Amino acid sequence: MTAVDDHPAHEVGQARPRREDQHLITGHSTFVDNMQLAGMLHLAFVRSSMAHAKITNIDVSEAQGRPGVHAVYTGKDFAEVQGNLPCAWPVTPDMVNPGYPSLAIDQVNHVGEAVAVIAARTKAAAEDAAEAVLVDYEPLPVILDMEEALAEGAPLVHANTTSNKSYTWAFDSGQAGSGGNVDDAFSGAEVKIKRRFIQQRLIPSFMEPRSYVVQPEGEGLTLWSATQIPHILRIMLSLTLGLPEHKVRVIAPDVGGGFGGKITVTPEEVITALVARKLGKPCKFTESRSESLVSAHHGRDQIQDITMSATKDGTITGLDVELTANMGAYLSLVGPGVPVLGAFMFPAIYKIPAYRFTCHGVFTTTTKTDAYRGAGRPEATYAIERIMDEMAAELGVDPLELRRKNWIKHEEFPYTTVAGLTYDSGNYEAATDKALELMGWDALKADRDKRRADKSTKQLGLGISTFTEMCGLAPSRVLGSLDYGAGGWETSSVRMLPTGKVEVVTGISPHGQGHETSFAQIVSDQLGVPYDDIEIIHGDTASAPRGLDTYGSRSLTVGGIAVVKAVDKVVAKARKIAAHLLEASEDDLDFAGGKFGVKGTDKGLMIQEIAFAAFMAHDLPEGMEPSLDSEATFDPENFSFPHGTHLAAVEIDTDTGQVELLKYCCVDDIGNQINPLLVQGQVHGGLAQGIAQALFEEAVYDADGNLTTGTFVDYTLPSSADLPSFITGSTYTPATSNPLGVKGVGEAGTIASTPAIINAVVDALRQYGVNDIHMPATPERVWRAIHSGFGDTQPAAEQTTAHTEGTSNSDRSGS
Amino acid sequence: MPKISVTVDGVTNEDDVEPRQLLVHYLRETLGKTGTLVGCDTSNCGACTVHLDGKAVKSCTVLAVQADGSDVLTIEGLAKDGVLHPMQQAFHEKHALQCGYCTPGMIMASIDFVNTNGKSDPTEQEVREGIEGNLCRCTGYQNIVAAVQYAAKTMSSTGA
Ligand code: FES
Ligand code: FES
Repeated sequence: MTAVDDHPAHEVGQARPRREDQHLITGHSTFVDNMQLAGMLHLAFVRSSMAHAKITNIDVSEAQGRPGVHAVYTGKDFAEVQGNLPCAWPVTPDMVNPGYPSLAIDQVNHVGEAVAVIAARTKAAAEDAAEAVLVDYEPLPVILDMEEALAEGAPLVHANTTSNKSYTWAFDSGQAGSGGNVDDAFSGAEVKIKRRFIQQRLIPSFMEPRSYVVQPEGEGLTLWSATQIPHILRIMLSLTLGLPEHKVRVIAPDVGGGFGGKITVTPEEVITALVARKLGKPCKFTESRSESLVSAHHGRDQIQDITMSATKDGTITGLDVELTANMGAYLSLVGPGVPVLGAFMFPAIYKIPAYRFTCHGVFTTTTKTDAYRGAGRPEATYAIERIMDEMAAELGVDPLELRRKNWIKHEEFPYTTVAGLTYDSGNYEAATDKALELMGWDALKADRDKRRADKSTKQLGLGISTFTEMCGLAPSRVLGSLDYGAGGWETSSVRMLPTGKVEVVTGISPHGQGHETSFAQIVSDQLGVPYDDIEIIHGDTASAPRGLDTYGSRSLTVGGIAVVKAVDKVVAKARKIAAHLLEASEDDLDFAGGKFGVKGTDKGLMIQEIAFAAFMAHDLPEGMEPSLDSEATFDPENFSFPHGTHLAAVEIDTDTGQVELLKYCCVDDIGNQINPLLVQGQVHGGLAQGIAQALFEEAVYDADGNLTTGTFVDYTLPSSADLPSFITGSTYTPATSNPLGVKGVGEAGTIASTPAIINAVVDALRQYGVNDIHMPATPERVWRAIHSGFGDTQPAAEQTTAHTEGTSNSDRSGS
Repeated sequence: MPKISVTVDGVTNEDDVEPRQLLVHYLRETLGKTGTLVGCDTSNCGACTVHLDGKAVKSCTVLAVQADGSDVLTIEGLAKDGVLHPMQQAFHEKHALQCGYCTPGMIMASIDFVNTNGKSDPTEQEVREGIEGNLCRCTGYQNIVAAVQYAAKTMSSTGA
């Protein structure tokens, strides 16, 4: 095990502040909405005020006559491409996809769906005209509850389907041969508990609203997009609009956060392109925040029914998971695959001998769902970590001890789980021990017990969550076996310029992660050139033509390795040239610090000198191509599996139900770290988002299907005053599936923190007979759980069901 | 259309503006000051924060006409002769930004907080409460708080 502190290299491992910051802190950013093109028109959308309705008429006459208005279009005007927004993850062969028009044609299926678009000289003129479009609707039944949507005889969201179920995806370890049969495990199990957990709907809420500018150009176009996926978008636009791919250029300039929320091809993007092409003028659309909240995709939103069996002494024997996943009204780009990704993570870090997973994707008259930070893995981790605590409570053992008893031991890696994944490396003991120590766990426990004994009105709850995730999405063949519509490789090219500077092109497309800094650190070490001499080029399909973009912590684990491979090739070529120029054999050359030295002599050449020689090409080895550059593509043999232990201490005011996060500590093992400062930043941000799911955030619809959390007044993002400072630590167990030993950190904080917080809340409430709380654990829910008779004692074992929802307005689970 | 005269980042501008135009849109669209960003419709996010006569305001809650005769400082006027303001420097050193979208507003709000708070060593809690009107989705705020505390020290020693 190599600690990053031991790394002999100079740049990697250093907490270097970012090179990306300069233009952002001085206000010279290139966010899309800052773009101005000559003659540019501005778009505004007319959005449905109804959740489900037939469109009987759209009257655009008044809007058309408004000053500054160039055109008004409805869905019928784009008939040639309607129904075609792409879904690239058909998770089952019989998955029902009713089609997804960019502008509704005959029917709207959620509030906020776009029904018409205005192009005008100014944004204000376009918005004014949008107000003047009159749409007549004939209401259809609103379908919000997933279980009601699945019931026999339920009204249909889409007229062209026979049920509201899109697909059922299933896995059974008995059938797959990766483990035993769950029914066998359950029959005669000593202890068996069943729980229902709700993953409330969340809204990614990147701070930069989505924004698109399209410049039509002959047969093609250039699109500036606030997107995470310029390369995938280029392909999808080309296929969706029937444009020649080589004439489509997509540029993702500065992008103000994504968190999975900018990983789709959006109706607004497609329509901006269509309008720009129709009018032959550059067009811009920038959404307002309320448009963003109602029409950019949402995340999570699952009902999780989970059953676990164990022996009396706490050895887990079987796990059954039945998910109902809300797709919303349409299948988004990778939406159907999100719960399927989670399927692999329910067994988590535990040795579970039998596992079954079933997931139903359901249509409702709500905004579509798709990836949100962690995509499937936070949901899975939440359910497993919650039920581990409930199992511990049933068995009367310490939750940490139950975890220790069942987790994969350090010496057991590599370990193939019941879900069929092979975890290459991990050390759950080390991370946990370190976290307990940093947290001061024993003292907190003593404090908690004392407050309990004293019947204090300020109760303490302590929560644990251990986790692992699958990062670095690749390998391509595995993604293929899951019917994912793309490979998982990544590509890079490295060019040494005649003056010794270096250009590195990468196919990943960052939006705040700091890759320009970390990638330059990697190249500096590998190539032996100064950090400042290296430029990282990304996010424009003209200058970085190939790639599969940034999501799922794949940038470093796959994209970073492609860079390393390209550098290796450059060094190999340089070595040949050096040998030729130094009249030595390649084997006699050392390469260190950018210098090829002849062993045992002081003769040598710097790589910059070789780059110059390769450019001049006056004297190269026979048959060698001039110039010192190279391209490489990396498709890893396995995912990477970061892991960690997170601990939370919450204080609950039993008079008000207020939950205060007193102390939070996490130790994440993400393998080797390239830049600990950036790692820390990712962890902090991830924690804030996971904690917010536990305590603050929820997208709520009223009975008519209106999003009542449609502004930042109602959708509560945590502010600086809502969060404490976190205690963070690291252990280092390098990945064995890539040469840098890196595992990925983008999602870690989000995945582990939600269950840690709720486990802490339930720990404090268990004394009141409460064994679950719905998220977010608002003061009202907590207060009701304590005071209003919920949380009656559950049976000690055998089919117990949690039903301690703290609010009376109930939830979509019907529990 | 009313005519206004506003000094922005040291330059005085005279413009005709629509009565309904917000200061943020005047800055962005009329003056091309793209450093000041828009993140919400409801004055919750603070991405649009600028200084109006020395005090932080959310420029999406101020009409352009209300700024008539005022002095506005945006993120673009903060660095002097290429030298970063201590708050900008602190955000960089402490890794207090990721995507950078909240950053201009956050920096402007933080400077006002330090000026108003008046101490060279504000506590974590003071900082957290002082900048709670500005949302950041990326950083979890911890490094922002650290940056503000760090900048408060430099600001008091340099009088920035
Ligand atoms: S844009 Fe002004 S506060 Fe959000
Ligand atoms: S840095 Fe992205 S919102 Fe603050």
